[in-house]
Amino acid sequence: MYDSGKVIIGVLVFLALLLFPVWYNLASGEATTQGPELAKPVKGEACVLETAYMRSNHMDLLDDWRERVVRNGERIFAAPDGQHFEMSLTNTCLDCHADKEKFCDECHTFMAVDPYCWDCHIVPETPTRQEVTYVN
Amino acid sequence: MKALFSLVVVAVVVLLTVLAVSTSGGRTFFGTILPFAAIAIFLVGMIYRVVYWARSPVPFKITTTCGQQQSLSWIKNNNLEAPRNFLGVLGRMALEVFFFRSLFRNTKAELKSGPRLVYGDARWLWLAGLAFHWSFLVVFIRHFKFFVEPVPGWISIMQELDGFFQIGLPIFYITDGILLAAITFLFLRRVFNPQLRYLSLAGDYFPLFLIGALAISGVIMRYTTLRVDITDVKLLATGIVTLNPVVPESLGAVFFVHLTMLSVLLLYFPFSKLVHMAGVFMSPTRNMANDNRVRRHVNPWNHPVKTHSYEEWEDEFRDVMKAADMPLEKDVESK
Repeated sequence: MYDSGKVIIGVLVFLALLLFPVWYNLASGEATTQGPELAKPVKGEACVLETAYMRSNHMDLLDDWRERVVRNGERIFAAPDGQHFEMSLTNTCLDCHADKEKFCDECHTFMAVDPYCWDCHIVPETPTRQEVTYVN
Repeated sequence: MKALFSLVVVAVVVLLTVLAVSTSGGRTFFGTILPFAAIAIFLVGMIYRVVYWARSPVPFKITTTCGQQQSLSWIKNNNLEAPRNFLGVLGRMALEVFFFRSLFRNTKAELKSGPRLVYGDARWLWLAGLAFHWSFLVVFIRHFKFFVEPVPGWISIMQELDGFFQIGLPIFYITDGILLAAITFLFLRRVFNPQLRYLSLAGDYFPLFLIGALAISGVIMRYTTLRVDITDVKLLATGIVTLNPVVPESLGAVFFVHLTMLSVLLLYFPFSKLVHMAGVFMSPTRNMANDNRVRRHVNPWNHPVKTHSYEEWEDEFRDVMKAADMPLEKDVESK
């Protein structure tokens, strides 16, 4: 092999770059075969739409809600099962999924997604903190 | 016809995947076995190709004529076009790899009415090629977030920049659009230019369709309601790189088409024109310094030639020559 020094260096760089996920995971030791564990909702029987749909498409629903509330002034969402909900992230979604850190952030951090909901919305206090203030 | 053949091959692979992943065996095969095999064959194949090339000797230095070679001190040397040292070679190679400098010089010759032959620049290929390669690279690097935990900050920054304009939800990635637009142009160019259509082989169309299908299936999964639960995608992807394969239930046909297109691309890569990814580094007109006036380049396959120099010849006949009064380089006494 000619210029073997340079060729071997090139091949090693190629392997190091492409196998980045392998050595990065080995180094961090945090790769899991278990997905993020979400906090159970503090109340409510079922979500406004099916869980499977909400898992992958909740952003569509939230986007739709935002548009209908902010642009059209509608406030009430009629779910397919006949129930009615207020279209509100803070008052409806977070009413059941009370802990943003243990619900929203679990997947969003796992997938490095940074939704801009919280640019405008205030993160409500988590139930535990609320309890503490209530007792006092 | 060649385009059609390539399209049919890609369509058959897509259909096969869609049909197979309705069975659990098919899901295991397309979700774990095929990606594993593809990555292994890709890595081994690429190294094999590079080592194979590196074993071929370069008989002579190819002097490129697009820049002034280093010669006399008062003639300015263009170190990027005709490098005199390793640094210059690195610079020329970097410009080639990152900006496709030699493609930038692409020209065209057209026969206009008259008949009149007109020469001009042809930079659309360079522009589309650059757009395609860079956006594909960004898309590729962005996907590392599916393979690593925790996701490093620079990947998040890259995503944020890619979705800078915050169009739509989920936010539209500019590179997705550029990639699709560029690949469409690269395909149409082959179809609508008669000379190019004549030159194009199935091996030229196949990667275009393959990458097109890869990109479209990815776009479907991000921007349409056929979306998948990406945490499950991450479990599968992380499983592959930690040799711990899992195939989550929720992943549907579109995801498997995406994964299979990638696997087929990796499998096909080392055996096709796509190896230009490694080949560009092995191009003698790019990676050899133009220093043949300074350093002698010996052809490595030169056969040892039997020579008989004048010195040796004189040694042999010195006495006879002396006797005939012939001029000698070395005299008998001074020997």
